[in-house]
Amino acid sequence: MKSFTYERAASPAEAVAAAARVPDAKFIAGGTNLLDLMKLEIETPGHLIDVNGLGLDKIEPTNEGGLRIGALVRNTDLAADARVRRDYGVLSRALLAGASGQLRNKATTAGNLLQRTRCPYFYDTNMPCNKRQPGSGCAAIGGFSRQHAVLGASEACIAVHPSDMAVAMRALDATVETVKANGTTRSIAIADFHRLPGDTPDKETVLDAGELITAVTLPKPIGGTHIYRKVRDRASYAFALVSVAAIVQRDGTGNVALGGVAHKPWRMEAAEAQMPRGATAVAERLLADAKPTSDNAFKLPLVRRTLAGALAEAKG
Amino acid sequence: MSAPVPLALTVNGVEVARAVAPRTTLADFLRLDLELTGTHTGCEMGACGACLVMMDGVPVHSCLVLAVQAEGAVIETVEGLSERGAIAELQQAFHQRNALQCGFCTPGVLVNAHALLEHGGVPTREDIRDALSGNYCRCTGYEAIVDAIETTARLRAGAEGQP
Ligand SMILES: Cc1cc2nc3c(=O)[nH]c(=O)nc-3n(C[C@H](O)[C@H](O)[C@H](O)COP(=O)(O)OP(=O)(O)OC[C@H]3O[C@@H](n4cnc5c(N)ncnc54)[C@H](O)[C@@H]3O)c2cc1C
Ligand code: SF4
Ligand code: FES
Ligand code: FES
Repeated sequence: MKSFTYERAASPAEAVAAAARVPDAKFIAGGTNLLDLMKLEIETPGHLIDVNGLGLDKIEPTNEGGLRIGALVRNTDLAADARVRRDYGVLSRALLAGASGQLRNKATTAGNLLQRTRCPYFYDTNMPCNKRQPGSGCAAIGGFSRQHAVLGASEACIAVHPSDMAVAMRALDATVETVKANGTTRSIAIADFHRLPGDTPDKETVLDAGELITAVTLPKPIGGTHIYRKVRDRASYAFALVSVAAIVQRDGTGNVALGGVAHKPWRMEAAEAQMPRGATAVAERLLADAKPTSDNAFKLPLVRRTLAGALAEAKG
Repeated sequence: MSAPVPLALTVNGVEVARAVAPRTTLADFLRLDLELTGTHTGCEMGACGACLVMMDGVPVHSCLVLAVQAEGAVIETVEGLSERGAIAELQQAFHQRNALQCGFCTPGVLVNAHALLEHGGVPTREDIRDALSGNYCRCTGYEAIVDAIETTARLRAGAEGQP
């Protein structure tokens, strides 16, 4: 790991001011993704700003009847929160399907959203990767691409976003709240938060440099049956090949988001309009523009079956 | 290299104050600075669980925590748990059931099993497996580890049930 300087920020204002002052600074929360990448020198910040002391570790009701989840709330605490388990079950289940209990004890809400891809070529500094080193090429295209995207990929990058939590938050229409050094705050719909790779796969979200996530807000509970199904190479402690977050209402309508298939959680209104017609129709619409590689074509039938299983489970 | 930063924390009940370079991980700090080599480092990327320690009451990967991030924290390593007798029954059960061979994974497994049993009750074998999903053991095939933890949980539950 390259050496760096370190400071503890005591308030969001102090954290963003520090980030504006030092150009190659990064925030550190649980550290479970950042430190891993720093050891491999994929991330090489010159300065770390520890955000654990910002007091952003509470889960509070909002005036609109929803929940405001502080950026530093640990994945363990979020999954166990009684309100989350009762009203946003899909989120609790998605969290518990991710990583291990011990990683979840450290992993935070903001850090989870901002975790980087698990593309093996992104991790291998000997290989070309446009995400790690813009302009160097993409070793996954034409390489081993079993885990990679089947939707929304580009000529520059076919990586997927690895988060389970983000898929549930997409199904729940969460909002990401941020603050910048000049004091401006933003509320970013989760749909707009993560970017597709396009020509700049190194830019994964719409956050500006030094912008701090303060919270993620969930709207008023929408009821329904909440399901999270994750398919992976072994029963636990692995990233999703495909995952489905579904909230199904009694009249057969509902929300569906997919994980493991794209550079961001994948959700389409046009597909949800097909919900009353059943899983096959929904999957057909979701996958209409899919462009799999020869290694990951299996993800298409896997999405169909996982979705069918999830919707059948919701019917009971 | 960046200048060392002052660090004060509690390790195994003892208050410790040192200066550490910001890039020192908690695992390296425990092993190299404090010579507490019971905490092992295997993958150093959060995958194997050999480096688990109790931090403020919950098990975490010391390879993915910077020592400077443990300022003010209460850390307990396998040495601390062992010396205060907190894992004596677990150690006994591991010994009897042959739940270790090379022993490389054992400190992390014990820390994690300790955390699991602190919740009380008798976890199902499925719960034990789930709790240990982040502990890699290349020797035992896990069956004996699950047995030993289950035995300890039963023993404790039985002991509590006594008048
Ligand atoms: C072995 C292993 C298995 C895993 N398996 C899974 C899995 O199955 N599913 C899954 O979803 N995840 C999995 N994970 C990933 C894990 O969920 C993430 O590492 C974790 O959520 C990251 O959170 P953190 O707080 O530790 O982030 P950090 O590592 O502290 O930070 C990550 C990034 O977020 C930035 N950041 C942090 N907080 C803020 C903030 N408030 N504002 C702006 N930027 C911020 C940091 O600068 C950094 O770039 C796994 C990880 C490991 C090591
Ligand atoms: S898929 Fe993306 S992350 Fe993977 S090698 Fe290609 S550019 Fe890099
Ligand atoms: S050394 Fe920390 S998890 Fe392997
Ligand atoms: S006993 Fe050898 S790795 Fe577990």
